[in-house]
Order: sequence, then structure tokens, then C-alpha cells
Amino acid sequence: MPSPFRAITATALIAWSILAFMRPAQADALADIKRNGVITMGVFEDFPPFSSVGTDMSLRGYDVDFANAVAKSLGVKARLVPVTGQNRIPALQSRKVDILLSVGHSAEREKVIDFTAAYAPYYIAVLGPRSLKVGGAADLAGKTVAVNRGTLEDSSLTEAAPPTTDIRRFDNYNGVISAFLAGQVQLITVGNDVGSAVLARRPALEPEQKFQLLSSPDHVALNKNEPALRQALDDIIGGLKADGTLNRLSMQWLLKPLDPKDL
Amino acid sequence: MPAGGVLEAYVVPILHGISTTLLLIALTVLLGGTLSILGAAARRSATSWVRGGAGWYVELFRNTPFIVQLFFVYFGLPSLGLRLDPFAAAVFAMTLNFTAYGTEMVRAGLDAVPPGQRDAGRALGLHDFTVFGRVVLPQALRSVFPALVSQVVITMLESAVVSQIALRDLTYEADLIQSRTFRAFETYAVATGIYLGLSLVLRRAVGRAGGRLLGQGLG
Repeated sequence: MPSPFRAITATALIAWSILAFMRPAQADALADIKRNGVITMGVFEDFPPFSSVGTDMSLRGYDVDFANAVAKSLGVKARLVPVTGQNRIPALQSRKVDILLSVGHSAEREKVIDFTAAYAPYYIAVLGPRSLKVGGAADLAGKTVAVNRGTLEDSSLTEAAPPTTDIRRFDNYNGVISAFLAGQVQLITVGNDVGSAVLARRPALEPEQKFQLLSSPDHVALNKNEPALRQALDDIIGGLKADGTLNRLSMQWLLKPLDPKDL
Repeated sequence: MPAGGVLEAYVVPILHGISTTLLLIALTVLLGGTLSILGAAARRSATSWVRGGAGWYVELFRNTPFIVQLFFVYFGLPSLGLRLDPFAAAVFAMTLNFTAYGTEMVRAGLDAVPPGQRDAGRALGLHDFTVFGRVVLPQALRSVFPALVSQVVITMLESAVVSQIALRDLTYEADLIQSRTFRAFETYAVATGIYLGLSLVLRRAVGRAGGRLLGQGLG
């Protein structure tokens, strides 16, 4: 005669086996994306030239073009969701988005999310006029260098520059760029996102990149335990690199050819 | 605790910032004070274009924000070929700004001196410059002295914005320490205390100097 205890145990066993069977199916994000016909990607709204809101209120930039290329390769539609630095990893983990763009690799992040191969260069560099000869950090001695106070650029520069470097710290990028364009400082230290804006102005100074202080290329981030999606994205990035698409994006948005060393 | 200890990390930069702020205000008061007297004389000039020009100057600098004037000098003037380093740009902008307010104050003081004083000086056979410098001006400055002292203190406090052109004044050093330590409360509490102390000391010092120059009993 079946006791109530046995009935409960049997129900629990059945429930467990159903759940155990469902979990891997639920975790295959690639299959879900293909079935839904859309891939949802988290991008920044205020990170030009990678992704920012243009004059027509739509998102534009390197990341946006890359996102569309990825969706096309997967044969699905791209849906871009604006995220911020604070909320984007939670948005990924709660599956509000399938992937995130413009994610720099760190060991800390690696513990909670997975990374594909790098798809865009991101680095901090020293920029200056063509006429000024600067080949490395040692050449900064005695030079005036503007930087945005309290940023990663500031700490990288402060660490690398010789003590005689005259580091001028401004409150925002506008101050850094204005000081450079007005000839008040000889060099600036900025990320390549801001640097492309300076290069784009092409003033009489003929600004050029002198050397890199720190490189942290952008990856696509996805949830852990998604080998199929990760493989698919890595294949797509490899393809876009090989067929020259990433180089074209770099020329268009960063105003310089893609250097394979930067990825 | 940072390498090199508290002294090197915080105290030396703060002291350096204080000295920069004090040097700025001292130069501004010397240059701006002198120019204010010339400006006030120009405001009362018999020549209409001198009078009008001084009037326009005062209106221009009293009715625009100091930070915009500073940015114009530092970021804008290089386009016209005048490139000043942050310290020179700050002294220049602060002097222009202080002179506009000072001119109006000294002019008000000159207006308050009874015309009979000047006539009496002339009746004694004194030269016009002597009458202005020895008779009219001291009386004018005495009457507006408290307002001038307040303007000196206000200019010193407003000089905090020169940190925006990366001049290492007290605010710049405080901002830098804050961005390194993320201890906003402690950093700005110390900066506030120092500015308060500087204001009180400056008020005293200018009052004393004024007493020496203009005689005792200033308000």
C-alpha cells in the first residue's frame, strides 16, 4: 500500500527529472535567438564613436554597425537596448539582453560572464602634433600633458610619466581638448574614443597618436555556459576581421586602419 | 596610506595650493587696485570717449560670468596669438574682473567727496594731480573701504574656478586629492576650513594695510 511519503518522493523525483531535462534546453541562447528571429544587444547611448545617439535620435557608431553585421550573419534582426555601465551586467544575467557590446576584459568580470574574441580596439594613448617627437613615456619629461582628472587615463599617465612631466588635469574632456587645440598644452592623454574626435578636427597641429599607455580591447560579453552562442559569435568576429569589415568600421568611426595588435 | 606618507600626499599639495591662491589674490589686488583708481578717474573724465569707454568696460565685466572671462582668456585668446600660461591667464582674468567692480566702488567714493574739498586744494595752489592724490582720493577710499575689502574676499573665493584651467590652486589640489581618495567629505571639509581661515586673515590684513595708508578708524 503506497504511503503518502512515497507519493511525495515519487512526485519530487519526477519534478526533478523534468527540471533537469529542461535546464540545458533553456540555457541554449543561440537556439532561442534563432527561434525568435531577433538578437537583443546592450549598447551604450553616450559612448561616441562606438555608440551614441545621432542628430536623428537613432543610435550610430562602430558598435551599431558591428551589431547589425552580427545579426545579419546570424540571419536574425538586431534589437539594440540602451544600457549603462552600472546596469549592463545585471541586464545580461537576467537575460534582458542576449549579449553586451563594448566590454573590456577583466579577471573580475570573467568570473561572472564570458567573453568572445575582441572585435574593437580600445586603448589609452598619448596624442600630440606631428612636429613634436615623442616615442615613449620617457620622452614626456619636461612636456605639458593634459588629462581628464580622476579617470583611468589620469592614473595610467601619472604612473608612467617621469616626475618632470607637467601634468595638467582638467575637469572634463572638453577642457582637455580645448587646451590642446588652443596650444596651451603640448600633448594629451585620452582613450581612442575621445582621440578620434581630436583627430577628426585635423587642426593645423596635425595631431597624431604617439604611443599607447594601456590597451583594453572591446569584447562581446555573454552569459556563462553558452558554448554554442560563444562559438557562433567567435566565428562571426573572425569572419568580419578576415573580410575587412572591422577595418572598414575602424576607418569610418576611429579614422585609422585597424591594427591587429590592438585586438 | 599612500607611499610617501600623509605629508607628501596631502599636506604639501594643500600648502602649495594655498600659496598659489594667496599669490593670485595679492597680485590681483595690487594690479586691480591701481587700475580701479585709474578706471574711476576715467569714469569721471571730461573727455566723453574716455568716460564712455570706462563705462563699457565696467558693464562688460560686471555682467558676464567670471568663468567665461577666464575661459576666453585661456582658451580663446590663443586664437588671436596671445597664449598665457595658466597662472598669467588667471591673474589677467582676475585683474580684469576685479578692476570692473573696483572702478565702480572708487567712483562712488569719489562722487561722495564734497566738491568743496577739491576747490579748497586748488585755492591753496596745489597741482590738480596733488589735489586728486592727496586730498580727494584718500577721502574717497576711506568711504568705500569696507566695500573694497569685501570685493577682495569675494575675488579670492571666486578664484577657486581657476582650477578649471588646471592652475594648481587650493581647489585644484583638493579636487585632485578627492579624485585619488574618493573621500569627498573629509577633503572638502578641510578645503572649506582653509578658505574660511584665508577669508578671515585676508579681511584683517587688507583692513590693517588700509589703516596704514588711509589712517585709523576704518570700518
